[in-house]
Amino acid sequence: MDIVELSRLQFAITALYHFLFVPLTLGLSILLGIMETVYVMTGREIWRDMTKFWGALFGINFAMGVATGITMEFQFGTNWAYYSHYVGDVFGAPLAIEGLMAFFLEATFIGLFFFGWNKMSKVGHLIVTWGMAIGSNLSALWILIANGWMQFPTGAHFNAATMRMEVSNFMDVLFNPVAQAKFVHTVSAGYVVGSVFVLAISAFYLLRGRHVELARRSMTIAASFGLASALSVVVLGDESGYTAGLNQKMKIAAVEAMWNTEPAPASFTVFGVPDLKTHTTQYEVKIPWVLGLIATRSADTPVPGINQLVDLARTRIKSGMIAYDALSKLKTNRGDVAARKLLDAHVADLGYGLLLKRFRPDVQNATPQEVDAAANSTIPDVPVLFWSFRFMVGLGFYFIMLFAVAFWLSAKRKLDASRTFLRVALWTLPLPWIAAELGWIVAEYGRQPWVIEGVLPTALGVSSTTAGNVLFSLLGFLVFYSSLLIADIFLMVKYIRLGPDGTLGHAVAAPFARVPAE
Amino acid sequence: MDYETLRLIWWALLGILLIGLAIMDGFDLGAAILLPFVAKTDLERRVVINTVGPVWEGNQVWLILGGGAIFAAWPALYAASFSGFYLAMFLVLLALILRPVGFKFRSKLSSPAWRSWWDIALFIGGFVPALVFGVAFGNLFVGVPFGFDSDLRLHETITLFSLLNPFALLAGLVSVAMLVLHGATWLNLKADGKAGARARAVVPYAALLFVVLFTVAGVWVRELDGFRITSVIAPDGPSNPLLKTVARVGGGWWGNYTLHPLFWIAPLVAYLGALIAVLSRRVPLLAWIGSALVPFGVIATAGLSLFPFLLPSSSNPDMSLTVWDASSSKLTLYIMLGCTVIFLPIVLAYTAWAYRILRGPVKAEAIMSDSHSNY
Repeated sequence: MDIVELSRLQFAITALYHFLFVPLTLGLSILLGIMETVYVMTGREIWRDMTKFWGALFGINFAMGVATGITMEFQFGTNWAYYSHYVGDVFGAPLAIEGLMAFFLEATFIGLFFFGWNKMSKVGHLIVTWGMAIGSNLSALWILIANGWMQFPTGAHFNAATMRMEVSNFMDVLFNPVAQAKFVHTVSAGYVVGSVFVLAISAFYLLRGRHVELARRSMTIAASFGLASALSVVVLGDESGYTAGLNQKMKIAAVEAMWNTEPAPASFTVFGVPDLKTHTTQYEVKIPWVLGLIATRSADTPVPGINQLVDLARTRIKSGMIAYDALSKLKTNRGDVAARKLLDAHVADLGYGLLLKRFRPDVQNATPQEVDAAANSTIPDVPVLFWSFRFMVGLGFYFIMLFAVAFWLSAKRKLDASRTFLRVALWTLPLPWIAAELGWIVAEYGRQPWVIEGVLPTALGVSSTTAGNVLFSLLGFLVFYSSLLIADIFLMVKYIRLGPDGTLGHAVAAPFARVPAE
Repeated sequence: MDYETLRLIWWALLGILLIGLAIMDGFDLGAAILLPFVAKTDLERRVVINTVGPVWEGNQVWLILGGGAIFAAWPALYAASFSGFYLAMFLVLLALILRPVGFKFRSKLSSPAWRSWWDIALFIGGFVPALVFGVAFGNLFVGVPFGFDSDLRLHETITLFSLLNPFALLAGLVSVAMLVLHGATWLNLKADGKAGARARAVVPYAALLFVVLFTVAGVWVRELDGFRITSVIAPDGPSNPLLKTVARVGGGWWGNYTLHPLFWIAPLVAYLGALIAVLSRRVPLLAWIGSALVPFGVIATAGLSLFPFLLPSSSNPDMSLTVWDASSSKLTLYIMLGCTVIFLPIVLAYTAWAYRILRGPVKAEAIMSDSHSNY
């Protein structure tokens, strides 16, 4: 494997590991806030014990989230140095603001959450818990503003004097529609993870007849919060599809394995076996109209197919060659007015020209065969995207059904009536993580070959370090993260089995006990 | 505000963030280094760990923020330094990853083997970053081999062993001594009982070691080649490190101090801080403030010596990164300054509130009585 593949693999593995812990933090922090709010409002001790017990599990998970997150902040610099130089002017800002505005809040208040129970008033501690939850969620907002810009690089321009992208309108970066949609979708997915976590572990207790009061209450909260979140993921996931339709046409075509433009409105392929070599999909099962309606929100706008998008890419690559040629001339003679004009006219396609760098350093002299190869390289891995998307969506609908049943049972106060339901709820535990990871695969693997859509090819973004170094760090992270993950799961299982009484070191309060007035 | 002023402000803010990191995250790195030596029994170790338990997460954000701010304000520096120091960064990351899990996981099981393993992990998590950050700073004075092609793609020939040159190792030891001192005054302030008393006894030795090493480094730095820009400087020019010429000059890193004698205040603050820490060690808060002045003085000393250089290149001096050609665009610097001016005071305010709530020393009895929620 070369340095590009190793660096991509390392980024993918460390990001997917990190995202095992992030969604649970997002969801569970809000659930802790809700539980503690009930405690402060009713004064019933069981709700404080619930907050503390789920808080203990939250803490184990949070430590892993922080540990794996440190790597992410520095990995752009260590492994993606040219990327960092090329877009740092735009991409660095949301990361820095994330630290300043969100992570500081979250990390300062998490200390008080665990250590402040006896040192603060009830309301004071409640503020801390919500501060922590808001901090976590704001953190996701800024990270997704950064990520949204990679998908839809708006509000920036190329500066030939500094050879990089620079901000021209920060508000466009901030209110990037892709970032907004991604934020809501990702955060809702986190809430589903948190809700399934609480639902499944509570179901485990009800199945064993342990901690019934705590489990039933936890399940009620998780059922209603989970239902709202599961609906929001799918509805606002549709929103993600819509924005992808506007600016990442290739991603949506690949996800749908739609090789050729269909007459509007396009149909949605439920099943099929996409073949990258022949550009066809075997054994297709299609639902007419659905894709066109989702992706364009209209009945008469066509959704372009992969082959047509490759043709478009070919045109843009040729224009990009002109831009690169003009840029090369400008580098030797900054006063070259003709070259500057030519660059200005074709600068939007400069990134497409850079796709040729994989084939030759002097992009402007590429042969038609190389242009064809570069155009074909804009097709992402269709079968992987096609199936990842379908599994993710299938799981999304399954969560809605699960939470609808849980909500109905909890409204009827019959949560522990059906052992089958409790067993299903318990065995659902790993599924939201699978859905969340598949979501990242669709979003990021579907962006290939770009690291910044249309601006910078992934292969160019890497550092100039050696492949040996990257292989070494990749293996190091893999071994290290996996051992920590084993320790994490071991502790989680231990404390779940130990249950609230064992975890808190005292019997959980009777359901109607009130805290004596202070 | 013009580009030159913004760049100067961001150079100062870079210093402030590093100082914030060294003061806030510094004491818990120092406390982790001291953990196996000042605390013998499990209970003493839990006292030490619980002095930093509630605050280390917030402190570590200074590191995350430092990384983010360098990315946003000095992208060329972010790219060149972190990719150049690849394996050193990897070591630091592994060591830092041990900390969150070490704090959280250690006291979750009562097995002595499990706990002593995490004590070693916490020590590594304190010692390795303290050493490597110092080594990295030391290499700025020696110069690092890197350059750019015309696309501004870096080419680097840095290896882990080239970073481990004698001067850089000395700088690493300065950093360790400084943070051990700062960690010792913290434990003197926060750890009740034997661990706190042993930490207090460490203070004079750590301070002496720091003073000796820092002085040697200061004299040695005069023997190294300094760097000087020899072409016309355009403080508001484009951020492109290919547009200037740089010469290596003997005794150069003392040059700024010869030009501006006021700069001598910076190293004096470091010495003064160490002195205060030693003399007032029976007044723990004052001693801690003294040891906090040490990283302030040290980082200011280094920054003022290097100015306007951020990352000198030993193989292509002309391509060294400076304050004038490695920054973000004017607009980005301006926006980020606005965000910092608004949010940094808010961060400082709730951080101060958190420390107020957690005030007072950590006592062994308190940990015993609430064994389940303490680390």
